[in-house]
Amino acid sequence: MKHLLGTEGLDRDTALAVLDTSDGLKRTLLGREVRKLPTLRGRTVITMFYENSTRTRVSFEIAGKWMSADVVNVSAGGSSVSKGESLRDTALTLAAAGADCVIVRHPASGAAHRLAGWLAEAGTSVVNAGDGTHEHPTQALLDAATLRDRLGDLAGKRIGVVGDVLHSRVARSNVHLLTTLGAEVVLIAPPTLLPTGVAGWPVGAGGSLVVTHELDAELPGLDAVMMLRVQAERMHGGFFPSAREYAIAYGLNANRLSLLPAHAPVLHPGPMLRGMEISAAVADSPRAAITQQVTNGVHVRMAVLYHLLAGEEDQS
Amino acid sequence: MSSLLIRGAKPYGEGEPVDILVRDGVIAAIEPKIDHDADEVLDAGGLVALPGFVDLHTHLREPGREDTETIETGSRAAALGGYTAVFAMANTDPVADNAVVVEHVWRRGREVGLVDVHPVGAVTVGLKGERLAELGTMARSAAGVRVFSDDGLCVADPLIMRRALEYTKALDAVVAQHAEEPRLTVGAQAHEGELAARLGLAGWPAVAEESIVARDCLLARHVGARLHVCHVSTAGTADVLRWAKARGTTVSAEVTPHHLLLDDSRLSTYDPVNKVNPPLRTSTDAAALRAALADGTVDCVATDHAPHAAQDKDCEWSAARPGMLGLQTALPIVVQTMVGPGLLDWRGVARVMSERPAEIAGLADHGRPIAVGEPATLALVDPAGRWTVRGADLASVAANTPYEGMELPGVVVATLLRGALTARDGKATK
Repeated sequence: MKHLLGTEGLDRDTALAVLDTSDGLKRTLLGREVRKLPTLRGRTVITMFYENSTRTRVSFEIAGKWMSADVVNVSAGGSSVSKGESLRDTALTLAAAGADCVIVRHPASGAAHRLAGWLAEAGTSVVNAGDGTHEHPTQALLDAATLRDRLGDLAGKRIGVVGDVLHSRVARSNVHLLTTLGAEVVLIAPPTLLPTGVAGWPVGAGGSLVVTHELDAELPGLDAVMMLRVQAERMHGGFFPSAREYAIAYGLNANRLSLLPAHAPVLHPGPMLRGMEISAAVADSPRAAITQQVTNGVHVRMAVLYHLLAGEEDQS
Repeated sequence: MSSLLIRGAKPYGEGEPVDILVRDGVIAAIEPKIDHDADEVLDAGGLVALPGFVDLHTHLREPGREDTETIETGSRAAALGGYTAVFAMANTDPVADNAVVVEHVWRRGREVGLVDVHPVGAVTVGLKGERLAELGTMARSAAGVRVFSDDGLCVADPLIMRRALEYTKALDAVVAQHAEEPRLTVGAQAHEGELAARLGLAGWPAVAEESIVARDCLLARHVGARLHVCHVSTAGTADVLRWAKARGTTVSAEVTPHHLLLDDSRLSTYDPVNKVNPPLRTSTDAAALRAALADGTVDCVATDHAPHAAQDKDCEWSAARPGMLGLQTALPIVVQTMVGPGLLDWRGVARVMSERPAEIAGLADHGRPIAVGEPATLALVDPAGRWTVRGADLASVAANTPYEGMELPGVVVATLLRGALTARDGKATK
C-alpha cells in the first residue's frame, strides 16, 4: 500500500490485513506500561489539517508516536497555508523537508488524490484524513474494527447508517468498506440528505446497499446502527424543517434503542450533537461503542502507518 | 491589387476540386483550372474549403488577465483554428459594460488584424444582474456591439431579463444567456449525478439550466425579442428548445465542442482541467446534444474558449477556475463527433461553424457563400489530417486543454480573412 486515499477500491485482503494488524497491535499494547513500539523509528510523519479536528489529529499523532515516528503537525492557522500558499507548494515543501508520509485533512473533495499525484515523484505516502464530503477511510476502518470487536466477521451483517449521508465522508467510506467486508449497509435518511443516485452506487463484491427513509422499520433487523452527525446549519439549506422534526424522525433515543436487537451496538463518529441525532441516554449507555471507536482509532491508524511505511520486508 | 490562387480545393467538400482566384480580398473566379499569374499560390489539393468560422463565445481575457491570454495571442489561436471572427466575452477586468472598454477591445482586435474581434457587451453593470448596462451606447459605439451577455453569470432576475430582451429589440441586438439558476447551483462543482455524488462534489443539476432556458424562451416570446442560449449542456435543454422553436419563439442556441465530446466520467481523477461551467454532463446528454446540433435544434458550435493560469488549474478541484481552451481544437472535435459518425456533412459544418453564428450575431461579411464576388474569408481544412494536441504548443498563453495527448482528426491548413492569409501550415501570419 502506497497511499490510503479512500476505501473505494480498497480490496478485501488489504482491508483485512490492516484490521488484523490493528487487532494485533491492540493485543500487544494491552496492559503495557510503556505503549511504544520502535517500528517506525526514523520515519517522519506530517499532519496537515486544513479543517479543525481535535480527535482525528490527536489520534494520528498518538498513533505515529506510539510507533516511534517523528510526528510534526502543520495547521492551517499558523503557517504559510493561511498566507495563500497553494496546497501543491505546501505539500512539495513538506516532502522536500523529509516527510515520509503526509496525513491531510482538507475541505475540498479530492484534495488527497491531488496530493498523491503531486507527491508521486517525491515518493511520499499520503493518508486521507478526510477530504470534503468525499472519504474518511481511517474512520471507516476504525468503525469496522469496532464492529468486528462486537460482532465478529462482518459478512452478512446488516449495518444501518442514519442521517446526513449527503454531506458525510464517513458514510461514503463506510459504504465502500463495509460492503467490501461482506456486510449489507442500510442508509436511512430523509430524501434531501441522500446523495444523487446513491442506490446505484457500485459497492464491494459480496456486500449490498439498501436505501430507505424509515428508521423505525429498519431497527429490529439491524446488527448495528451508526448515527451520523447532523449539523444544525443544514436547516438553513432547507434540508429539513427543524432540529425538532429531525430528532423526532431520525434521532436515536431510548425508545428506539429498545427496537434494536440486544447484540447490536450504537456507533457515532463524533463529535455528537446530543439531543439531535442521539439522546444523552443512548450516548452514555453500554450499548454505545463510541469510546471504543476512539481507542480503536489509534490502533487502526498505527496499522495504516505500519502498512504504508514499514515496507514489505518488515511485514513478513 | 494583390492576388492569391488557391489550387485544387473542394468547396464544402463537394464535387470536383477547383481553383479559386482571390483578388483584393474578394473571390474573383472559381474554375476547374485557372491559369493566372497570381502573387501567391496555395496548393490546396485534397483540402475542403469552408467559410471562415465564427465563434460566438470566446474569452480573450484582455483587459485584466493578460497572464492567461491577450487579444493578440487569442487572435492567433482563432486564426489557427480556422476562425475569422470571434465574440470576446464581457467578463474582463474591468468588465466590458461600457463603450470605453468595448471600443478598446475592438480597436486592439483591429490592430492585431488576424481575426475580426467583436466585443460582447455586458447586459448588466458589473455583471451584477441588478441594472442594465448602457446597451444603447455600446451598440452605437465604434465597436457596434450586437451581442450582450453576462456570461459566467446568469441574468437570473426575471424582470431584468425581460427588460434586457425588450430593450435590445431596438438595437437589432441579441441577449446571450448563461443559463444557470443561481439558487439551484450554490457551491456547485460538477454535474449532479451519481458519480459527482460519490466523489463528494456538490451537484450542478441539469434543471438549473433547463428551468432558465424555459423561462427565457417564454419571456422572449412574450416580448417578441430574440434570445440566444449559451453553451447548451443537457438533453433536457435540447427538448425545451425544440418545444420553443416549434411554437415560433425566436431563440437560437450554441453547444461547445467539449459538451459534444466529453462527459462526466472524466471527473474521477479530480483533475480540474475537466472543470468547466456548465459542467461536463453524462454521455447520454452528449449524444442528445450531437443529435440536436445535427437536426438544427441547436444552431451552432461555440467554443467557450476559456484560458486559465496554471496555478488556477493545478490545485484542488473546488479551488480551480472553470473553463478550457477551445479555439484550436473546435473543428477537429466537430469532425470527430459529427462528421465522422455521419451526423453532419461539410455543408453542415459550414452551417454550424460559420453561417448560423454569423447570422445570429448579424455579421454581414462572414458566413458568406463560397462564390464569385463574395469575401475571401475562408478556412481550408485537411479532412484526412490528424494531429496530437499538446497544450504547450497551442497559441494561447495558457495551456489548459482537456485534450492533452489526444489524437484528433481534421487539420486547419490555412485561414483567410478578406483575402489575407492569417494562418498557414500551423503558423499564424502575424
